Amino acid sequence: MVSAPNSISPEEWGIIWLSLKVSAAAMVATLPVAFALAWALARGRFFGRVLLDGLVHLPLVLPPVVTGWLLLIVFGGTGVAGRWLAAMGMPVMFRWTGAALAASVMALPLMVRAIRLSLESVDRRLEAAARTLGASRGRVFATITLPLALPGVLAGMVLGFARSLGEFGATITFVSNIPGETQTLPLAIYAALQVPGQEGIVTRLALISVGLSLVALVASEVLTRRMGGRSHVL
Amino acid sequence: MSFEVDVRLTRGASRIAARFDAGSGITALFGRSGAGKTSVLDMIAGLVRPDEGRIAVDGRVLFDAAEGIDVRPEARGCGYVFQDYRLFPHMSVEGNLRYGWRLAAPDARWIGFEQVVEFLGLGALLARRPRQLSGGEAQRVAIGRALLSGARFLLMDEPLSSLDAPRREEIMRVIERVRDELALPILYVSHDRREVERLAGQIVEMD
Repeated sequence: MVSAPNSISPEEWGIIWLSLKVSAAAMVATLPVAFALAWALARGRFFGRVLLDGLVHLPLVLPPVVTGWLLLIVFGGTGVAGRWLAAMGMPVMFRWTGAALAASVMALPLMVRAIRLSLESVDRRLEAAARTLGASRGRVFATITLPLALPGVLAGMVLGFARSLGEFGATITFVSNIPGETQTLPLAIYAALQVPGQEGIVTRLALISVGLSLVALVASEVLTRRMGGRSHVL
Repeated sequence: MSFEVDVRLTRGASRIAARFDAGSGITALFGRSGAGKTSVLDMIAGLVRPDEGRIAVDGRVLFDAAEGIDVRPEARGCGYVFQDYRLFPHMSVEGNLRYGWRLAAPDARWIGFEQVVEFLGLGALLARRPRQLSGGEAQRVAIGRALLSGARFLLMDEPLSSLDAPRREEIMRVIERVRDELALPILYVSHDRREVERLAGQIVEMD
């Protein structure tokens, strides 16, 4: 197994590990934000709800390069949020954390959609019944709403993770293509394609991407089925 | 008086108004579909807020618009039995039964778990999920769940209407036993004249 031509090299393992780390961080960081937005959109009745809905979905339809450019403006070296994060000891420019931030923004709409659908599928009449049985609003949320919505929340997390694994345009625009720091699977494939004679690397990394995405989608679908199949992505 | 109800609610084009005093036993709220009977129960349970009026049960004021009193639903001590059972699908029958019991203050628990299981014949069902129950079984569990929550009065919203004839008879007997042996005041919504005449000691007509 010592560096046979068709085996995965240590550098490639590094790329896979970085991709998984970036995607996991993006998913975990996005979850509370996505849940709060999904809750507001599913249950809230407030002025500007349609506008909020539109803003949440924006990364889904904007050219990723535009999203990346907007991230540069806000989170870049001179951006307000960027300077604040750097002062807090968590710089994002040209760091893996920046790649996670880009992936997070791109995954947000998908996660919000999945969680929102699962929240909307929770029968409000069950919540009312729980209130009459002595449960406060908070307890109803913890014992009825959340458990019933959980498969959809998990499906949303898996979807967000899969979307993060595939993130390319916003990432390369925002934090560039730096091996070992921001070069995730898609960026590594892109870099390898620029150099002749790297077909082996491209093929291996592409197959790994297909495998990881497929596993994530199937996992999401299994979770959706368990919920009663009301928010399929496949 | 067990129930003192005087409520008014406007919802879109429809106006619901109800005013009655009711004693012990079963009081039927009787009227055609769409008369707002369920809304009256929802207002007594605290799930819907009346525009104006007053609600008291056994002398305890639950709602009084003029006084600014509006007791939260979880603090009203009401056992609500729904037409569609509303059992929690992610819990077993036992989990459903114990849901309100766990939340009730110890001194509010006037009936024990084993007692309810025996009273309603639920022993063989405890490990099942709600979707594995027949309509009659589900309604028995729902009644048991309401009793175990420490309810001081029951609201029953057409509890027989989703059931076939033999099951209706079964649940009707259960309700008669709740009325006679547990002595809980019950407000009972129905549009079936025969059902109402058999069960209720007092009838309030709504139109």
